Amino acid sequence: MNDGVRPASVRARGWGWRHADRPVPAVANLDLDIAAGERVLLVGPSGAGKSTLLHALAGVLGHDDGSDETGSLLVDGAAPAAVRGRAGLMQQDPEAQVVLSRVGDDVAFGAENLQVPPEEIWRRVRASLEAVGLRLPLDAPTSALSGGQKQRLGLAGLLAMQPGLLLLDEPTANLDPAGVLDLRNAVVRLLERTGATLIVVEHRVPVWLEVVDRIIVLAPGARNVPGGVLFDGRPEDVLGSAGSWLAGEGIWVPGHIPAVPARRNSAPGGMLLQATGLAVSRQRQANPSRRSSRFRRPGRTTPGATPGTAPGTTPGATGGQTFSPAVAGLSFPVLSGQALSITGANGSGKSTLALTLGGLLPPVAGTVAASPLLARGERPDPYRWKGPALIERIGSVFQEPEHQFITGSVLDELRFGPVKLGHGMDRVEELLERLHLTHLAEANPFTLSGGEKRRLSVATVLATSPQVLVLDEPTFGQDATTWAELAGLLRDLLDEGTAVVSVTHDSLFTEVLGGARLDLPDDGGNPPAAPVAVAASGPGTATTAGGSREH
Amino acid sequence: MSIDLLAPARTASVLSRANPLSKLASALLLTLALLLTVDWVSASVALACELLLLPLAGIGGGLLLRRGWPVLIAAVVGGYGSALLAPKTGAALLNWGPFLFTTGSLEAGVAIVLRGVAIALPGILLLACTDPTDLADALAQKLRLPHRFVLGALAAMRLVGVLVEEWHTLGMARRARGGGATTGPFAGLRASLGQGLALLIQALRRASRLAVTMEAKGFGAGPRTWARPSAFTAVDVAVLAGGLAITAATVASAVLLGTWNSSLS
Repeated sequence: MNDGVRPASVRARGWGWRHADRPVPAVANLDLDIAAGERVLLVGPSGAGKSTLLHALAGVLGHDDGSDETGSLLVDGAAPAAVRGRAGLMQQDPEAQVVLSRVGDDVAFGAENLQVPPEEIWRRVRASLEAVGLRLPLDAPTSALSGGQKQRLGLAGLLAMQPGLLLLDEPTANLDPAGVLDLRNAVVRLLERTGATLIVVEHRVPVWLEVVDRIIVLAPGARNVPGGVLFDGRPEDVLGSAGSWLAGEGIWVPGHIPAVPARRNSAPGGMLLQATGLAVSRQRQANPSRRSSRFRRPGRTTPGATPGTAPGTTPGATGGQTFSPAVAGLSFPVLSGQALSITGANGSGKSTLALTLGGLLPPVAGTVAASPLLARGERPDPYRWKGPALIERIGSVFQEPEHQFITGSVLDELRFGPVKLGHGMDRVEELLERLHLTHLAEANPFTLSGGEKRRLSVATVLATSPQVLVLDEPTFGQDATTWAELAGLLRDLLDEGTAVVSVTHDSLFTEVLGGARLDLPDDGGNPPAAPVAVAASGPGTATTAGGSREH
Repeated sequence: MSIDLLAPARTASVLSRANPLSKLASALLLTLALLLTVDWVSASVALACELLLLPLAGIGGGLLLRRGWPVLIAAVVGGYGSALLAPKTGAALLNWGPFLFTTGSLEAGVAIVLRGVAIALPGILLLACTDPTDLADALAQKLRLPHRFVLGALAAMRLVGVLVEEWHTLGMARRARGGGATTGPFAGLRASLGQGLALLIQALRRASRLAVTMEAKGFGAGPRTWARPSAFTAVDVAVLAGGLAITAATVASAVLLGTWNSSLS
């Protein structure tokens, strides 16, 4: 069945678009024909104008003063803005995907705008939620959904509009591996159901390889480059002829694993941080002095005591007097020169644990104690340290780089920490060089590309030379080039004796860094006794936690 | 938290099934009557009726105190001030230097406390038993307010809950950079201003992405249908009749007992 959906076709002739206030067009000289029902993966280096093309096809490119369109771009032979609703667009930020507060209302929103009769809307809403695998009551609050569920909710909303053209703009960039698969499978079911045309932009080719029947590679826009289509054909042909080139441009291509230099010395050094009986939670405590009596004690967790309750949330409507920590009963050391990867399902408390180790959240129970090696005269509890004391000991890199930008230029960002500490600027120049940011020194951090933002956020934290580095999902949404640079940098830091703690879903990343892995249990499970060694890919990186060799 | 306020659990309470507009009209009518007079009789009658309505709105005593304590404190402070400053008529009850309370001034103070709570309670009731989405539906479909504006505001309200979380995250992210309060009397204020600016930037960027999502879903292109038709039912007749009855009882009792004390003169 096809639900009455008529697949849409796309035709571009010499099409180009220049955003207002930009000297170079985002897209230029594009000639393209996509037949109704085709499934296309659109790739290209960052800056090739992929998002611009998708926005144009959805009819949402604003014609502000100063923007410039050339040639023609047609959906079903008409201008996209005139046939809005023929195309459905999904963006990468799950939070910007949800419009209304309840699941059913949100799915209905697009269909309402297309003037679908109410009875028909609710029939479509139920069918769409079923198709994307979201089995939730229609009045469930959307705020309680995970990022992956929000993306699938957005997809259900698109399905209810019955678009002939599905446009996905890096839909999996912010999702964990399980969420990526769920979303991909939902898209496949949707396409089988409706036969709609698909154009998906993604730099992780393997995710979509089995779904698409055509890959189009766009050329990067530059002043003296003609732009347009670089490669176009069946997936196996394009990857066969251009696979290496694509990998070199940072696109994840099957069979091309980015090269990372091996570690030079891999024996872990002295203990820097020790977690003992640690329980963590993001919920704020009204009265820290009474905190231990208000939470379940570590080691006495009762599995399944609050079924169906997400960890860290208040069970039931009892008024928030008691709640279970995100994860409890953790004891492990953080060692100099050793990588510690914290893994586990979504909602298992990984990020909360990282914030607690980073001295940004107080432990709910148990302790995080800095050894004299790290504390250097400060008291052992990092949460009690003042800002300057913290940043020269423990550096935390957040998942979203923009959260940590404080100033108006790349150079000022890097200088911020050292100035706080009254240090010299020698490290700043070195970091600019090492992370390839020198040419961007005067740029505003918010205008950088995704990979540049990630490199800058790591560099700003390194500028104060912390002995412990805590990173939350550092490789999320990163292209292969940034990934390899990051992994290489962290390996260098490990060689120099820094402890690197990373929360990650990226098994390749865990493998490359080596060291130890702490796998957090799902909700209600018993916590692991200790981290286990990572089966390392590099030479001599395998080691269990607990080494106590002092420097 | 604000997230719960935006999508409260759908309760089976009678008042939550009423159309938001009838509830709004009834609450406005009673509030208007209370604003016209300052006396303890009308305030007491209104307050008693409102408290009787609490079960119909599905509000228990605990929830009422959690939502209404700022109002209660403000009313008590206002009443205390009135008792202190009102004309000193009647017998003195407490005479201690500048603190002179008489039966007359105490009566004025009690009236202010009761009136303050009685005026605020309909608002709390309305919020507790009204879904913002239902209110938006009613405003756009029944009052014919422009749906672009109403639904835009509704979508923006949802982002407020997201912003609360983002504020906490930004606070931690900036501490991790060595930002946040250090020394000096204005350092804390400056740090908060910086954090507020960062939050504003995040909010604007997210809002513009949300606007693209809404536009891509065909929002604002022209007339639309409504999946949730906003309707008036028998419950609304009862709500309006109840609102009228309570207002009439309030005014009549004050006039009959001769305590009506117009706030306009």
